[in-house]
Amino acid sequence: MELHKLTIHELRDLLKKREVSAVDATRKVLERIDSVDDTIQAFITVDHNKALKQAEEADKLLQSGEGGELCGVPLSIKDVLCTKGIRTTCGSRILETFVPPYDATVVDKLNKSGAVTVGKVAMDEFAMGSTSENCAYRIPKNPWNPEYISGGSSGGSAASVAADECIASLGTDTGGSIRQPASHCGVVGMKPTYGRVSRYGLVAFASSLDQIGPITKDVRDCALLMNVISGYDPKDSTSVKRDVPDYSAALSKGLKGLKIGIPKEYFIQGLDAEVEKAVFNGIDILKEAGAETVEISLPHNDYCVAVYYMIAPAEASSNLARYDGVKYGYRDSSGESLQEMYRNTRSKGFGDEVKRRIVIGTYALSSGYYDAYYKKASQVRTLITEDFSKAYEKCDVIVSPVTPTPAWPIGEKIDDPLSMYLSDILTISANLAGIPGMSVPCGFSSKGLPIGLQFQAAHFQEEKLITTAFNLEQHLDLSPKRPEGL
Amino acid sequence: MEFETVIGLEVHAQLKTKSKIFCGCSTAFGAPPNTNTCELCLGMPGVLPVLNKKVVEYSMKMALATNCRINKMNRFARKNYFYPDLPKGYQISQFELPIAEHGWVDINVEEQHKRIGITRIHMEEDAGKLIHDEHEPYSYVDLNRTGVPLMEIVSEPDIRSPEEASAYLKKLHATLRYLDICDGNMEEGSFRCDANISLRPIGQEEFGTRTELKNMNSFRNVQRALEYEVRRQRDILLDGGEVVQETLLWDANKNITNSMRGKEEAHDYRYFPDPDLIPIVIYDDWIEDMRNTLPELPDQKRVRFEEELGLPGYDAEVLTASREFADYFEEALKHYPQAKKLSNWMMTELMREIKGEPSAVQSCLVTPENLGALLTMIDKGTISGKIAKTVFTEMMETGKDADTIVKDKGLVQMSDEGELLDIVKEIIAANPEQAADFKGGKTKLMGFFVGQLMQKTKGKANPKLANELFSKELNK
Repeated sequence: MELHKLTIHELRDLLKKREVSAVDATRKVLERIDSVDDTIQAFITVDHNKALKQAEEADKLLQSGEGGELCGVPLSIKDVLCTKGIRTTCGSRILETFVPPYDATVVDKLNKSGAVTVGKVAMDEFAMGSTSENCAYRIPKNPWNPEYISGGSSGGSAASVAADECIASLGTDTGGSIRQPASHCGVVGMKPTYGRVSRYGLVAFASSLDQIGPITKDVRDCALLMNVISGYDPKDSTSVKRDVPDYSAALSKGLKGLKIGIPKEYFIQGLDAEVEKAVFNGIDILKEAGAETVEISLPHNDYCVAVYYMIAPAEASSNLARYDGVKYGYRDSSGESLQEMYRNTRSKGFGDEVKRRIVIGTYALSSGYYDAYYKKASQVRTLITEDFSKAYEKCDVIVSPVTPTPAWPIGEKIDDPLSMYLSDILTISANLAGIPGMSVPCGFSSKGLPIGLQFQAAHFQEEKLITTAFNLEQHLDLSPKRPEGL
Repeated sequence: MEFETVIGLEVHAQLKTKSKIFCGCSTAFGAPPNTNTCELCLGMPGVLPVLNKKVVEYSMKMALATNCRINKMNRFARKNYFYPDLPKGYQISQFELPIAEHGWVDINVEEQHKRIGITRIHMEEDAGKLIHDEHEPYSYVDLNRTGVPLMEIVSEPDIRSPEEASAYLKKLHATLRYLDICDGNMEEGSFRCDANISLRPIGQEEFGTRTELKNMNSFRNVQRALEYEVRRQRDILLDGGEVVQETLLWDANKNITNSMRGKEEAHDYRYFPDPDLIPIVIYDDWIEDMRNTLPELPDQKRVRFEEELGLPGYDAEVLTASREFADYFEEALKHYPQAKKLSNWMMTELMREIKGEPSAVQSCLVTPENLGALLTMIDKGTISGKIAKTVFTEMMETGKDADTIVKDKGLVQMSDEGELLDIVKEIIAANPEQAADFKGGKTKLMGFFVGQLMQKTKGKANPKLANELFSKELNK
């Protein structure tokens, strides 16, 4: 049986019935990685032995009827989440040798649930990018067409899920980094509410925007993973003390009475016609299933990209100061002085995009510029958040495309940062406002590349996203689910 | 031209919490390098700070004790700069919204009362320590101190002399010690002070160019460094020169200040609110809870000593300058309720034994109860005041109580008239010439006779009785 092609819930059912073992499933997944990852390039680190050892432990638990929801399920983890004893590079040369002495809280939760970690997946360096091309090690390819980008920054996560190199994955989303690659790779991705999932052990890019979330093969799996990773963590002061609902329960709810908001500002010039068509087809299906639509407005949406590219680099410039060659990771000791060591280490250790953002962020925080840039951006951020509060008085869920276009060929925009930044225009606002957002497949382009549909809801309304997405998924019943012929 | 000195002080007080400000590591001083550290102290990727509530509470206590207004919404900011003792590349501090602002303390200098304004109090984390060995081509980093909680107290430029600076520092120090939130050890660096100092012609409102003084690790050094800097700046100004704005280090061996760097580097710390820490919201009832935990503070105690115990202002000031000294006094007073006599003894005999360092009284071997007992023995005439001083010295050395020492050494005062009279008669018989002179009017010779008696009795004779007996016998 092609165990690697299963979803979490399919595999879990077989494991619980002991029809297959965790070791079988893990072997299959590792074999799959061995056979397709030369093409897909999703993994930076694969630890066969460790994965199999975890699988053996999982089998023991399953045998005795113990083990959590994910017991024995092989997952990939974005290389920005700290894994004790497994190298965590953040896609950067500067952390090439860094092996964390501790697990991120989400990794700890996966482990406690009995999940198997098959490896760490590629990403844009420090999660800065929209294509994963800024990875210092490898560029994950789109499994639907390896000439195309997988998206970013969680490109490795989305590609590994779409290529069946794992059952599901954890990514992180600072401006769309879960939703956008999920959309490009035809899988499901959710960025939870800021504070829903602990950031402890997530190597920070922009602390006030970063959030960890699932990338899965279907909506049911997304709910399952959310059940495991959500919750308050005393180690993260920004995580919220709020009960975690059973997200799987939201699957069985209907759409009757659900109001779907269509923001006029999202259907913009430059929106690809095929994308627009697929999204409106999705909206029609939801209407047929009982949802109502209502037009809404997010008047400050135009400022999102500008605000984001002040706040995110500002926080990044400070968050990345610790990579100085003193304590861990890469050090260039060719210079004579401390200043030279800093300069050489950081010049060689970081890639261009990271350096670009450090420079922008340092500038934005500089004395004399702070008020005009960072402070002003923070004020506009408040206005953007208020836009959403007002919108959610009129609707339950906001629907939109995830990205203005389907995936583009690798290399096409790499030298044009501005057009790359603009491709995040539809996903950034959820991070600025701290609200949850989700990407669900809704069709294909004429080139056979997946198109995603985005749902956003008010703070802590992930259940509404799951209900809506599950209904769409069921009624749409897209085919093929994942690329064939890999 | 006459100049006025303008001084502002920045004090860093290390708070006496068991664990660090943002993690659970111990704050203990002197552990082997890098043993009181965790992934957070080491600035590992992905770690997040969690605020120690005690740090907020201690800072609130200091804010209340120095009449500050507590900011009910305050928050942490990042101060960004690169240095190997700063693992994250930024220090978590407070900037725009500190925990407290707009306070004051009162000081007394040469009987003059003065109020010094406090601009702000904020919380922050300490950095690590670099250890350089000139024989090795690299330096060592010890991160034990990283994340130890500090409270920075910034004064207004209200201080007008090095003496006032010293008095202000001592007042802050005493307040911290009374609150029991800082051990105040200047040599270990748990109480540090930087000074901004400038001169301006008397009558001028505008401040002159200031210099910043660092590296003064005792009250005495602070005063000396400031005195030196006043002279240095005055000389420059009188010569028609200009003071250069710079940071100076005090060299306690040479008694001079040295420029820290050739030219002042214009640091841009790029402060911004720390997104990893949510704003601290302080409700009124939390403030009231803290207010209710405040002990009697130095000023309040001083007033009480004056009003209730009838002590002179000077005594009350000396007794309350250190919490330990005041506590000792009050404890001893329970056993010997004569405040002025007790105060005299503590300010002279006890202060001499503890070498003028009032807080050292806590490690002194004489318990307050034993001091009370000693003073009671003088009052009862069991020993003389003079003998008592010898007994006290021995008590300080051995920790024995007065009664034991007096008995062991047979120091009980001879107050038996019959016993003393025999010796008095003996002495008069042995010194007929002096006796005749005395009778002839040389009454000063009384000292000679009493001296002889003390010699024979090894100082134990009751001096009052001795005088009486000699007067009686010699005037017969």
